[in-house]
Amino acid sequence: MRVKAEGNKEAVKFLGTRNVYGEVLAALGDTYPQIVVLNADLSGSTQTELFHKKFPHRFFNMGIAEQDMIGTAAGFATVGKIPFVSTFAIFAAGKPWEQIRQSITNPGLNVKIVSTHGGITVGEDGASHQCLEDIGLMRILPHMVVIVPADGIETRKVMSAIVKYQGPVYVRLSRVKFPVIFDEGYEFKISKGTVVRAGTDVTIVATGLMVSHSLMAAELLEEEGIAAQVINISTIKPIDQELIINASRTTGAVVTAEEHSIIGGLGSAVAEVLSEHSPTPMRRIGIKDQSGTSGSTAELLERYQLNPQHIITAVREVLQQK
Amino acid sequence: MFSKTPLEELPAIARQIRIDILTMLTHAGSGHTGGSLSAVEILTVLYFVKMRHDPSNPQWPERDRFVLSKGHAAPALYTVLARCGYFNHEALMTLRKMGSILQGHPDMNATPGVEISTGSLGQGLSIANGMALGLKLDKSSSRVYVLLGDGEVQEGQVWEAAMSAAHYKIDNLCALLDFNGLQIDGPVRKIMNIEPLPDKWSAFGWDVCQVNGHDPGAILDALHRAEKVKGKPSLIICETLKGKGISFFENKVEYHGVSPTDKELEEALKELCG
Repeated sequence: MRVKAEGNKEAVKFLGTRNVYGEVLAALGDTYPQIVVLNADLSGSTQTELFHKKFPHRFFNMGIAEQDMIGTAAGFATVGKIPFVSTFAIFAAGKPWEQIRQSITNPGLNVKIVSTHGGITVGEDGASHQCLEDIGLMRILPHMVVIVPADGIETRKVMSAIVKYQGPVYVRLSRVKFPVIFDEGYEFKISKGTVVRAGTDVTIVATGLMVSHSLMAAELLEEEGIAAQVINISTIKPIDQELIINASRTTGAVVTAEEHSIIGGLGSAVAEVLSEHSPTPMRRIGIKDQSGTSGSTAELLERYQLNPQHIITAVREVLQQK
Repeated sequence: MFSKTPLEELPAIARQIRIDILTMLTHAGSGHTGGSLSAVEILTVLYFVKMRHDPSNPQWPERDRFVLSKGHAAPALYTVLARCGYFNHEALMTLRKMGSILQGHPDMNATPGVEISTGSLGQGLSIANGMALGLKLDKSSSRVYVLLGDGEVQEGQVWEAAMSAAHYKIDNLCALLDFNGLQIDGPVRKIMNIEPLPDKWSAFGWDVCQVNGHDPGAILDALHRAEKVKGKPSLIICETLKGKGISFFENKVEYHGVSPTDKELEEALKELCG
């Protein structure tokens, strides 16, 4: 099984995507001597400190200067290094956006930007630190691959895949630990989505933490007699068009779910595919054109309507349109 | 490897490069005249004398690297690259045209010999730092040169990069600053004063010297000197004239971002060839 058995009564395990990132990066450092790691004064939070301890001469703390960090990474790439750049999502994708465009994506340089602290689940730090726009900001850039892993296992697989891929990649990780939904046999391929639960009435297309919320929603919907298919789209760009089109033709109704603005992110990407190839009734779960605010993760998920019951409401609505 | 040109031949090469720049800009119908002309001697000394590079093998791993951070001076760089033999001289007349290998601003994927795409100001020094640090990791003896504009150092990223270069003791890096004193909207001093430049860069931990940016011998001496500086990055402030070489372009802010008319070209060529 690629996905843990549905209805599995084992206690749900949690893994931090950023913790996995730090461990895997330090391990990949052995296999890939060309990896260098750049950080902007957040090596503890981004877990790149593990790489620093193991390979001190290949780790560069650039201070609180993200634009310079991006440019330096581009320079490293031109001399054959594989730079991994990490900081919080808003400082990775937001603050140096134009530097990424000019110095990395326009020339197509082999730089991996792995952000942590994406989304509303950043929590108490509030609006300044909750990045709700990074998927859109990165997706719009030519040549950029955009990936949001759904759990720690997928994060590990993503890391192995992107280090082999030649070109710019943005990966969004989170502060909070995610429930583990994949087992070790799961295979990740860039640009391939995964059906994580079969269903024929409606398709829920989700990314990141929202994949596990969608699985919970699907279980509850089953009690109502609604068979929801759940698809994990971890590669938001280039998106798995075929899987999304086929799913929409099978179920005839689509709900997207992401911990990101409904403008520019997964919901927009899916709407772009379906409106051109297979117009389908849709609802988008995500941040509805709002700024963030301080609060606990649980409070924020409720306030911004990102919990399983909100997905269920969206499913009921979209089914009315079928 | 490109064989070094005797210093006494550089003035004639520089004059030829000015003719090329003006002709290609007039043909293109747009582009940055003033800041291309001010950088001619700097680029000529780097490419014809100082840098180790091989036009027949642009990706030669042991080459020195050059970053044109003030990417709008692309016509000067293209002309020098063509004269070195990176591509056919005729290509210069395709500047800024659809499908050309010579884009409006440098594109590393379009032009042989261009190390990195630039054009959006403020980013080249960070890139040069990354190149230099990467080369150091590989224990390479290659050096990295970067040309900054004076208006460009108003960008905050330049100072982030200035800090990084000193912090990481990047002594295989030499920055040159084309200090022509003018930016699009007027004199740099009036738009947003950047001086005192030597004090600022010294305070940031750099070795700084100032030379006449149109004197090939002085530029070369400064480059040799910079190579001997260990444990810190070097900056050569090159005092230049915007529009250098053509009397009616010199020190004229109006010629920052426009190309010569046919009549102006004719007059300019008379001056250069006369």
